[in-house]
Amino acid sequence: MSTPVLSLRGVSTRFGSNWVHKGVDLDIPPGEVVSLVGGSGSGKTTLLRQMVGLLTPTEGEVRVFDEPLFAGTREDQRRRRRRFAMCFQGGALFSAFTVYENIAFPLREAGIATEEEIRELVALKLTMVELMPSHAALMPAELSGGMIKRVALARALALEPELLLLDEPTAGLDPTRSASFVALIRDLQQQLGLTVVLVTHDLDTLAALSSKVAVLAERRILAFDTLEAVMQIDHPFIQEFFLSERSSRALARAQGA
Amino acid sequence: MADALRTPELHLSEGCLSPAGDWTLLALGPHANRLRKELAAAKAIRWDLSALTRLDSFGALLLWRAWGGRLPAGTVLPDGFATQFERFVAMDEAPVPHPPRFVFTDLLAGLGAAVLGLFAHLGDFLALIGRLALDSLHLLGRPRNWPLKEFSANLYKVGVKAMPVSALVGFLIGVVLSYLSALQLKAFGADIFIVNILGLGIIRELGPVLVSVLVAGRSGSAMTAQLGVMRVTEEVDALTVMGISNYIRLVLPKVMALSVAMPLLVLWTSTVALVGGMVSAELQLGLSYGFFLETLPKVVPVANLFIALGKGAVFGVLIALVACHFGLRVKPNTESLSANTTASVVTSITLVILVDAVFAIATRSIGVPL
Repeated sequence: MSTPVLSLRGVSTRFGSNWVHKGVDLDIPPGEVVSLVGGSGSGKTTLLRQMVGLLTPTEGEVRVFDEPLFAGTREDQRRRRRRFAMCFQGGALFSAFTVYENIAFPLREAGIATEEEIRELVALKLTMVELMPSHAALMPAELSGGMIKRVALARALALEPELLLLDEPTAGLDPTRSASFVALIRDLQQQLGLTVVLVTHDLDTLAALSSKVAVLAERRILAFDTLEAVMQIDHPFIQEFFLSERSSRALARAQGA
Repeated sequence: MADALRTPELHLSEGCLSPAGDWTLLALGPHANRLRKELAAAKAIRWDLSALTRLDSFGALLLWRAWGGRLPAGTVLPDGFATQFERFVAMDEAPVPHPPRFVFTDLLAGLGAAVLGLFAHLGDFLALIGRLALDSLHLLGRPRNWPLKEFSANLYKVGVKAMPVSALVGFLIGVVLSYLSALQLKAFGADIFIVNILGLGIIRELGPVLVSVLVAGRSGSAMTAQLGVMRVTEEVDALTVMGISNYIRLVLPKVMALSVAMPLLVLWTSTVALVGGMVSAELQLGLSYGFFLETLPKVVPVANLFIALGKGAVFGVLIALVACHFGLRVKPNTESLSANTTASVVTSITLVILVDAVFAIATRSIGVPL
């Protein structure tokens, strides 16, 4: 088996006296789209933030590309960080920058591409996320929710990451927009061969995107397998999450599509 | 490591250019300039991309630019990499628009916008005062709706919590003022006039202005930032939708709190500053504390104290109104938040000093022993 792109080794998290995770182990192989699901308060977003180094686990280790996240010199860490990107739930666009500057920013910081090349790369990324070049001059405050998500995705893709982490990629989008955004992520994932980790509540998104599902419950990864296999497991949370009437409808819809 | 980077290279053999290795943003980093030059200098007849191990859109862009924006005929292009170039073809023809250049008329437009902006500020400020007055009138008959809890919380925040810092600053200013004046007065043998100078200077002028500057920097900025963030997070809108007046819940308590806290802070700070001056005068000139305290009420008419308290209240209202005015103008972006917070502090300090000048002229015949 190829080396995992991202792996968690015995990750435990404590907030005050409350253990949120206890010994989470997870290996994400390259090219997979892994959905992280769990009840609210099960620490999905916390785990995602630990994967990108925004939070440090109380115990355990996060490894990306077969190296500890925080190993090596500053320069090593910077290079490692450039290989993955994250889309935040609210987009986290820099509100003082235009769309163009938001996407160009990581490229300029990397200091490799010239200003002219950056113009073309930004245009390319905008096309990739199905936005118009004329949108480049807008400020984030002038964008709709769906457009913010697209710009955030374009910015995340600016540095050609190999691993993409998405926090609630379709939260706050209407079903049509959500479906088209999911289709966009799937296309890009296939074209670019990305490894994707996403946290979602939305079963439509989950069923349409993920090649594997990681279920976070009882402070650990309860199951990590394909959606079909996970649904066979007899556990109250899984039964409730996937097999309720509402869920079945969503899953049937996704399989029909 | 299995997926170590392979250095990007450009090989030329018999008129056939073949890029090799990883042509990705990460791998190209240190080699981009060299390869750009090699690509520009190379005169190739054919291209062969089969030696590439990886290609991302940045690597593809370098090649695409070298090719002049089209795929040269007869290029050996492995399937996996073809999509990278297809995307360039599919790319919208319209280029990303350049930001417009700055020209002379923009300067004129900027000036006009600044003048109009000033009027807009004046209009909004008047509207704020008007809304506040109307809402307060509405409240008169409804004591149940008075925002007393908010008032109390604000009073504690802007008043009690400002006491240590204003005392420290006041004490030091008192010491310094007394020390410097004492040096001069000694030369003229007019030692005892230190009491007049300190008494009048601190009570009438320095105390209120000093406290205003401190409060504008400390509480005014906090009020603007708080209201600004509440605008950004739509909390202000939520209040409006609930039918609760922003002016009663957010602005009025702040104005009330500062109008009460400021006179008290002025009193407190002036007292501490006088104590500082008194200590310094004793050390420097040998003026006893008893003499200082005995002389002070004789040389400083009590009217000065009332002027100071009045000034304090007026300055407090001004600072709170300016802070709220700018806070409610914040647009949902970080730049606007910082610009408005800065503008709030600068404007309130400037206004306080302007109004202080007006006070000085209006009260020139009151409380100054001739």
